[in-house]
Amino acid sequence: MSTPYAKLPGWVEYGLIPLINLAVAFLVAGLVVLLVGENPFEAAYHLINGAFGRGEYIGFTLYYATTFIFTGLAVAVAFHAGLFNIGGEGQAYVGGIGVALACLWLDQVMPWYVVFPLAIVGSVFFGALWAFLPGWLQAKRGSHIVITTIMFNFIASSLMVYLLTRVLKPLGSMAPQTRTFAEGGQLPKLDWLLSIFGLNVGTAPFNISFLLALAAAFGVWVLIWRTKLGYEMRTMGHSPSAARYAGIRESRITVITMMISGGLAGMMALNPIMGEQFRMQLDFVQGAGFVGIAVALMGRSHPGGIIPAAILFGVLYQGGAEIAFEMPSISRDMIVIIQGLVILFAGALENMFRPAITRAFAMRGQRAAAVVQTKGA
Amino acid sequence: MDFFHVLVVLLESTIRVSVPLVFAALAGLFTERAGVFDIGLEGKMLGAAFAAGAVAAVTQSVWMGLLAAILISILLSLVHGYASITQRGNQIVSGVAINFIVAGSTVILGEAWFRQGGRTPALAEGARFQTINLPGADAVREVPVLGPIYADLLSGHFLLTYLAFAMVPASWWILYRTRFGLRLRAVGENPGAVDTAGISVIWLRYRAVICCGILCGFAGAYLSLAMTAGFVKGMTAGKGYIALAALIFAKWRPKNVMFACLLFGFLDALAIRLQGTPLPLVGQVPVQLMQALPYILTVILLAGFIGKAIPPKAGGVPYVKER
Repeated sequence: MSTPYAKLPGWVEYGLIPLINLAVAFLVAGLVVLLVGENPFEAAYHLINGAFGRGEYIGFTLYYATTFIFTGLAVAVAFHAGLFNIGGEGQAYVGGIGVALACLWLDQVMPWYVVFPLAIVGSVFFGALWAFLPGWLQAKRGSHIVITTIMFNFIASSLMVYLLTRVLKPLGSMAPQTRTFAEGGQLPKLDWLLSIFGLNVGTAPFNISFLLALAAAFGVWVLIWRTKLGYEMRTMGHSPSAARYAGIRESRITVITMMISGGLAGMMALNPIMGEQFRMQLDFVQGAGFVGIAVALMGRSHPGGIIPAAILFGVLYQGGAEIAFEMPSISRDMIVIIQGLVILFAGALENMFRPAITRAFAMRGQRAAAVVQTKGA
Repeated sequence: MDFFHVLVVLLESTIRVSVPLVFAALAGLFTERAGVFDIGLEGKMLGAAFAAGAVAAVTQSVWMGLLAAILISILLSLVHGYASITQRGNQIVSGVAINFIVAGSTVILGEAWFRQGGRTPALAEGARFQTINLPGADAVREVPVLGPIYADLLSGHFLLTYLAFAMVPASWWILYRTRFGLRLRAVGENPGAVDTAGISVIWLRYRAVICCGILCGFAGAYLSLAMTAGFVKGMTAGKGYIALAALIFAKWRPKNVMFACLLFGFLDALAIRLQGTPLPLVGQVPVQLMQALPYILTVILLAGFIGKAIPPKAGGVPYVKER
């Protein structure tokens, strides 16, 4: 994509502009709160208090953040190769099959540290499988990845309803879900991590997959900026024609990137299935795949930005529940609005304030240059 | 005769569920032919349905509801236009954003204004569209074969239904037989050439986006003022995406759009009809398979196994005037 904008210093590019965009998104969200007839500052207070007020709340915030780190990384990896993977939702959903199969198979005979690696492999396998087809179709048949991944989200949803109502449901049960896993299918909580800071995790399902998410973030950083494959992905993302000249096989990179992206999205399933519900339920993803788009855009597709962005959305989800509890006219759908506004201002309108900021910096630069000149004379 | 009767009922419900698809897919046709991708059809339709339901409930006037639907839908289209035409942002990202903003705000505002769990109040007779009986429908009902086709299949629909199917040739005429249409298609294929000819690419694309808004407004109004009596949260239920699939399936051509929408509508009607009844030869078809079929068909088409769907060449690319 051609960017007809002048280069700005790093702290403006990666710090100031995202912050301004975020501030505008929250400002508009505040207007919606006003429109509903509530006080936006009171809502903000409940948001912050609900997310950080107690050890348990922090545990919930980080539990949601874990999920969003996975889906955010999934979208970001694809972004680097110039691919828009909008199918994280479906990939995470299908990835759940891998987690559920591992747990259903071994949970009664093996401890969690044997089941967990298998579940990781399973979730990555199924998530990558669900992303492989759109990737392959884009690479070999030229079908647009955005459209195919949207279609695959819907197909995944139908497939999972079928599997949960007919195949994975225990006999004699009516609810569309697998049986509850025994001890081996339940991940240990990270209560010790919070107790270092003197916090009590309470009932929050903050579990070990948070550490896996951090490891995945580090792995993505290594992959994108420290490996040959990552270099090839970025080259293709910046300029497909340059990549072609350099002898990079586009179709290979497309398929591999999509599979990595799908695998990361699939790993998201570990957190709710093995960490909270201890069974696979209908719609356990709950839009986390789409939150990943907002997280990746806000985090500028860099793991160092994605982790804070994921925590921010964790705050919104946990604090939003508190707002819904304290202020009944603001339901949790408020989060969906904020999510949309963040995607709009940090994504589609990311350049809205750039000309003004560039001008401000150009003027400052000129003044500085003028000062140097007068001193020199 | 029994089979014939079932077929007429099936086709009648096919028409009923196809209408919002036809409006929305034609809406997408206008913007995408002008080079602006739009996956925000779903959001615009939902926003329009909410505006229609809310305004019609307050004013007790179906026409005010329709007007509100169209205005809100145009407004949302202009947000998409501003982001993707003026600000040269990513068009997919903008569409996703609009879908989320609308999905959330219709529930929040609906709950705050009407307090009925995200619904708008049920509309009285004057505040929603009534079905129209074509002249002589009752008289010819007894005529074999042609009677039921006229009386049950063609007659007894809403005004918006007839408008939707009239919009198909109208869109064809606008796109293929007027100067505006020619330029609109040109701007989706080669905006540089249009700019060289001294025509504003920006203004043309904005007009295409407004056309899209109007048509999505009709789609939304149909959902909450005709199909049901009031707005229910999330009532578009993915219809915007099915319309998008139909648009691609139709290879961005008006007449094909209608047939694609009818096909997807037929699958929908059939899925409801076949629920729980086994078919000869194949046995019972899972209803989920029927629901997924439009998406699967679109994927197969996109893969080039049924002809080739070639999108407008400049689609998705913001236009940067050379300096």
